[in-house]
Amino acid sequence: MSEVTLTVNGREVTRDVEDRTLLVTLLRENLGLTGTHVGCDTSQCGACTVHIDGKAIKACTVLAGQVNGSDILTIEGLAEGDVLHPMQSAFREHHGLQCGFCTPGMIMMAVDIVNRHPNGLDEATIRQELEGNICRCTGYHNIVKAIDAAAKTMAATPIAAE
Amino acid sequence: MGQEGIGARVLRKEDKRFITGQGRYTDDISERDMTHGVFVRSPHAHAKIASMDTSAAEAMPGVIGIVTGQELIDGAVGNIICGWMIYSKDGSAMKAAPWKPMDPDVVRHVGQPIALVVAETRAAAVDAAEKIEIEYEELPALTDFSKSMEPGGVVVHPDVAADNLICDWQLGDEAATDAAFASAAHVVELDLEQNRLVPNAIEPRAAIASYNAAEDHFTLNSTSQNPHVARLVLSAFYNIAPEHKLRVIAPDVGGGFGSKIYIYPEEITCLFAAKKLGRPVKWVADRTESFMTDAHGRDHVTKAKLALDADHKFIGLKVDTIANIGAYMSLFSSATPTYLYATLLAGQYTTPNIYCNVKLVYSHTTPVDAYRGAGRPEATFVVERIVEAAARQLGVTPVELRKKNFIREFPYQTPVLMNYDPTDFDALLQKGLHHIKYDEYPARKAEAAARGKLRGLGMSCYIEACGLAPSKAVGQLGGGVGQWESAEVRVNPVGTIEVLTGSHSHGQGHETTFAQVIADRFGLPVDNVSIVHGDTDKVQFGMGSYGSRSGPVGMGAIAKALDKVEAKAKKLAGHLLEADESDIVIENGELKVAGTDKKLGWHEMTLGAYTAHNIPDDMEPGLSEKAFYDPANFTFPAGTFICEVEIDPATGVTEVVNFVAIDDFGVIVNPNVVEGQVHGGLAQGIGQALLEGAFYDENGQLLTASYMDYTMPRADNLPSFALDHVETPNPNNPLGVKGCGEAGAIGSPAAVINAITDAIGTEAITMPATPEKVWRAIQETRPAMAAE
Repeated sequence: MSEVTLTVNGREVTRDVEDRTLLVTLLRENLGLTGTHVGCDTSQCGACTVHIDGKAIKACTVLAGQVNGSDILTIEGLAEGDVLHPMQSAFREHHGLQCGFCTPGMIMMAVDIVNRHPNGLDEATIRQELEGNICRCTGYHNIVKAIDAAAKTMAATPIAAE
Repeated sequence: MGQEGIGARVLRKEDKRFITGQGRYTDDISERDMTHGVFVRSPHAHAKIASMDTSAAEAMPGVIGIVTGQELIDGAVGNIICGWMIYSKDGSAMKAAPWKPMDPDVVRHVGQPIALVVAETRAAAVDAAEKIEIEYEELPALTDFSKSMEPGGVVVHPDVAADNLICDWQLGDEAATDAAFASAAHVVELDLEQNRLVPNAIEPRAAIASYNAAEDHFTLNSTSQNPHVARLVLSAFYNIAPEHKLRVIAPDVGGGFGSKIYIYPEEITCLFAAKKLGRPVKWVADRTESFMTDAHGRDHVTKAKLALDADHKFIGLKVDTIANIGAYMSLFSSATPTYLYATLLAGQYTTPNIYCNVKLVYSHTTPVDAYRGAGRPEATFVVERIVEAAARQLGVTPVELRKKNFIREFPYQTPVLMNYDPTDFDALLQKGLHHIKYDEYPARKAEAAARGKLRGLGMSCYIEACGLAPSKAVGQLGGGVGQWESAEVRVNPVGTIEVLTGSHSHGQGHETTFAQVIADRFGLPVDNVSIVHGDTDKVQFGMGSYGSRSGPVGMGAIAKALDKVEAKAKKLAGHLLEADESDIVIENGELKVAGTDKKLGWHEMTLGAYTAHNIPDDMEPGLSEKAFYDPANFTFPAGTFICEVEIDPATGVTEVVNFVAIDDFGVIVNPNVVEGQVHGGLAQGIGQALLEGAFYDENGQLLTASYMDYTMPRADNLPSFALDHVETPNPNNPLGVKGCGEAGAIGSPAAVINAITDAIGTEAITMPATPEKVWRAIQETRPAMAAE
């Protein structure tokens, strides 16, 4: 067992976990943050994507103990109270989700994509950057549109980009 | 009516919980004192289980108990059923072998469950599962199903089907079709394969089973597309509990695509374990379990031939198909490659003589059943590939040949049972040609050639039958259940409305689109309407969602219930306003006397219904109505898809550069949702054509059992799609809708392969058309280009 201390969505939490505990397991089972999903066991689908110290990382690829002391942002912490993040709003406005299961990982990845491309995004770049997130419902068409729209909103209001 | 009625692009009400991480999927739910189950599964495709020793596992830390297959048998748990009876052409019934939820003696596919280990944590259950000792006597496996009927080969169920043949089924007039071929001016032949697919909803299957001993009552939370059907089958066939002692809840469900219709061994065993152990049991599939046990799709080999007269009119189509059913017959496995397949072989054409023979066979592979489109993608692929191949062989354009043969008079009775409703195939094709800029295609092809690229254009003019369907017709064809849908519209005293629907939403947006139907009828905001679904304790019996039926059948039932609500509301308003009920109109949330300024607010009327202080003497208080709607016919969505590809001859890589999809779905309730359904279906169809395929080796090992091996379509494999519609209201449906969930997956594989074969100049390419296959084909047809 190891003691792990993290800041999750702005709140400091400390938990004793088995050494083999994945970050995604800690989030879902110890902290009850079930918005981060598990869709595969080979780090391919991206449904578990969260931000660790500001970078999008698949929470099934890291042990909780590995990120001791880190700042974690999950889908539950993305909105500012009742004010949705522009990426969340864009996914809704552009019908970028259907069953919703891949959506939290998609949105966390999409925010990271925009953050890493301060000079703007084109469709081909968005599609390449989304390669690590699988959606079975939308055919990606509206996800790409949503990210493109949110990127423009975020550029206009930089404060919204975290 | 109004901004939120039928046809409006209303943003989805359900989205907020999904985009903020507040969705509630089965694995997000925890019960008090919950345990975790892990299944021990066969690593072999075919073996006898000589012995099993669970003692070491039972002694592992955290283990609560183990359930074996023998216990299920001793507990009178029934075998898993196939729900549709079909007959061979000699009149004999299909040969359905017993499917024990956990066969204690023989395993017949990799991943077949053998025991359930239940422990305090999932990790403890995994550790203990590894301690179960099983001695297998390995046996030869049959995985190449095209050879399944060869004499002396491996047999999957020797006591039931000695030659692995489940059913030798036929449809159509063989003699008339043979006569057409005898008189034909041209005959075009094509060998086709339907690659085996894995549905791959991103949420894996999961179950939480609980048992309340005091009430002798079970609760199952499960990833189901049809919780009432699950409860019925669990009660009537698997003997878990009578229906009133079993509640099935399908909470938020993360995609289904057919794979979550079925009631699998895992749900049954978890329920059994919950009672045996006295604690709730949660099981969540990992992705490899999903690959090994979720029902797969497609998997046909087909020989097709098309007869044409001298004027290029189609005069006969003959199709011979072998359909792989896998190791056991899943719920709709008999219907999918027969009645959902051969009945669509007329396509959009007037072909007067059609004959289809389907041989359904066993193999040592995961059971195969309905996957998005279910039989209709397979039929469309046969028809649209051979039509395009015929055009090339005859030296006419695919457009000309199709127009020569389109059905133009409706209703149209095909030679293969279906009676088509009106649509306009010419208009669909014309719109497709317009959007793809067909006139400019030769210039684009030449420009690509100048860059050393091969450009190809392919079409697919599909028609499908969905919205299952008239219960009487389904029953006559062997279906085991009715195919109606139910709805209850509960108007509250304050005027808000709850709609209880037997349909189930697992991505389709019912919470929004169904509310739009109410908004349309009464002019109320969609926010005043809640859609309740997915819980057998809350909702009356319903059939669930599959086969694009929630729109035409589910919403049809709502419309029928609304008729009753509207009639009662008008009668009460007439009474309160001292007017004739026939003069009452309902609009913008008010009940008005036509031609006067007398009116009543919707909420005033509803409150009046519940206070009942002043209602007609012959009226019951309250305002709540239900309906069971059984449609008069299937619905027939149709469309034209056109795909344009560019191939790099040096690598064989195919890029889809343009994709146009024109559909006739009848009346569209919410264009956003409908377009989203098409996008997703296209991605699955393009995935089938270019990327996806489940492959077994000769020992029956599934080589594609993870996302590392099975190529899912990713964002960078797909283009943006160009969509448009033709709208022919469905005459048999109260709302005029036809259903849109499967069309994208049905029409698209043929369009992609027609484009590739156009580009490379050979018909001989199988799906998935991987770069290797395409490159090899180019080696044959254009060796100079491939060598560059």
